Amino acid sequence: MTISFLIIAALILAASVAAMTLRNLVHCALALAVAFAGLAAAYLQLNAQFVGFAQILVYVGAVAILIVFAVLLTRGGEAPERNVFSGDWKWGALVAALVFGTLAWAVKHSFASDRPLPTKAEVTVKQIGDALMTKYVLPLEVIGLLLTAAMIGAVIIAMKEEKK
Amino acid sequence: MAEFFDQIFVNLKHWLLGFVPAQPDWLQPLATVVISVAAILGVFASLFAIATVIERKGLGRIQNRPGPNRVGIPFTDISLFGFGQPIADGIKALIKEDLVPRAADKVVHFLAPLAMFVPLALTLLVLPMGRNMTAMDIDAGLLFFFAVGAGAELAVFMAGWSSRNKYSLFGAMRAIAQMISYEIPFILSTVSVIMIAGTLSPVKIVEAQQTYNGWLPDWFVFTPWGLAAFLLFITAATAESNRSPFDLPEGESEIIAGYFIEYSGFKFAIFFMAEYFGMFAAGGMAATLFLGGYAAPVEWLNWIPSWAWFFAKTMGFIFFLIWIRGTVPRLRQDQLMNFAWKFMLPMALMTILAAASWHFIPDAFTRWLVSSTLVVAPYLLLGRGLLAGRQIGKRAYRYAD
Repeated sequence: MTISFLIIAALILAASVAAMTLRNLVHCALALAVAFAGLAAAYLQLNAQFVGFAQILVYVGAVAILIVFAVLLTRGGEAPERNVFSGDWKWGALVAALVFGTLAWAVKHSFASDRPLPTKAEVTVKQIGDALMTKYVLPLEVIGLLLTAAMIGAVIIAMKEEKK
Repeated sequence: MAEFFDQIFVNLKHWLLGFVPAQPDWLQPLATVVISVAAILGVFASLFAIATVIERKGLGRIQNRPGPNRVGIPFTDISLFGFGQPIADGIKALIKEDLVPRAADKVVHFLAPLAMFVPLALTLLVLPMGRNMTAMDIDAGLLFFFAVGAGAELAVFMAGWSSRNKYSLFGAMRAIAQMISYEIPFILSTVSVIMIAGTLSPVKIVEAQQTYNGWLPDWFVFTPWGLAAFLLFITAATAESNRSPFDLPEGESEIIAGYFIEYSGFKFAIFFMAEYFGMFAAGGMAATLFLGGYAAPVEWLNWIPSWAWFFAKTMGFIFFLIWIRGTVPRLRQDQLMNFAWKFMLPMALMTILAAASWHFIPDAFTRWLVSSTLVVAPYLLLGRGLLAGRQIGKRAYRYAD
């Protein structure tokens, strides 16, 4: 529990709360981008350079932009007229507490918590690349195929329909 | 002597660090970071000041006028060829009224210039600016460069949206569409270098280009795949920094000034500075990846300090951009998108193939032949194919004849 971790955790928490509570949708999207950046900082603090930078590149650079575009293209960035919170928040809080309790109990009693923590290994980007190209080459290819299929599908949906 | 000047800034930093007490143990790393960041900000801010004058003088020369040549040292008659202009510009930007539109989103409007400047300034940290002169020598430096640079896109949106001006929103949308499209060839064109050098660290990439073979240095630009990737990289970098001929986001004739219409005074100056920092970062990265970084072009020029070569190459890129800005007309939006997706993306993928063939063919002649064919053939095919069926003749003017 270092000072840098506390700062990053506070940033992520504050940004996430802001993303949930702000009234303006674009503000929420921007707060979410801050939360993404905070997560990247947390990864970097754990010495996971590749994951951290990929998080920034993908989430801050692409996903946040996508969200912002979606907000602007659908219903505009104006604030909603009525309150965004439901009236019976007490029930919601109860359900959330129950879910958290169940999950915490499950994690506490699972065999994963008995396992000793692995020693902190220095994983370089090169090692990740090697693993992706040798051991995990089949999953990588499958994901590539899936993404290509999804992209072709998106293009077909977006294509102009031929007039008959 | 050459060694002394080569390492003069490194030694200066160590000398300064000598004054920092060794206890507590977090003080020394903190001091290292502060000194490096202060040096980088100072040096590049001064370069920004010089580059604005060079840009205005260069554009002036291209347009047959002198450009700024009056302002010199204040209260004297020394004119310094107009290189005192940035001081006057800076004072003007500082004392101008800071106008914020009444309907603007105040907080986002205030944060946008900062959100633009910080990522672009951060990208400078990973550049090897001379032997042992890298502020942040990390394993995944290149990834850091692209990841952090992508943060500027969101800042463009923040500026355009928060101004509550339809032209600034248009400009932001144009800028984001352009930056996302050109980011793909921008990143893909560096993949060939990563493959050949076998590392993502800018320092190691530069070190891989330090040798000389006969009359040419072993820079990646002097290989078929390297030349193609270099041209793609600087084209995409021009588009990424929204410079002419890719300056549609600013398009004065259509949308006034793009996403920073509603910014005045020093906030505008920060946008301006961020744009130049982006150009410095792109130029420095182009030099690092393809032009040997801080290496001298010929062996007997190695007595010139390594940092001088790095900054000479970076400023060479700035000069190239100014030259382009003065001479090439702006693209149209559909041309811009077609160029990115139909030409630059396939070409960037071909450079990867060409680099792979370069790596696996041992014989020098064969690999030159195969690698060149893999670059030139798609270039010709794509160029011919995209222009097929289009009548491109002399330009006809409807009203001006």
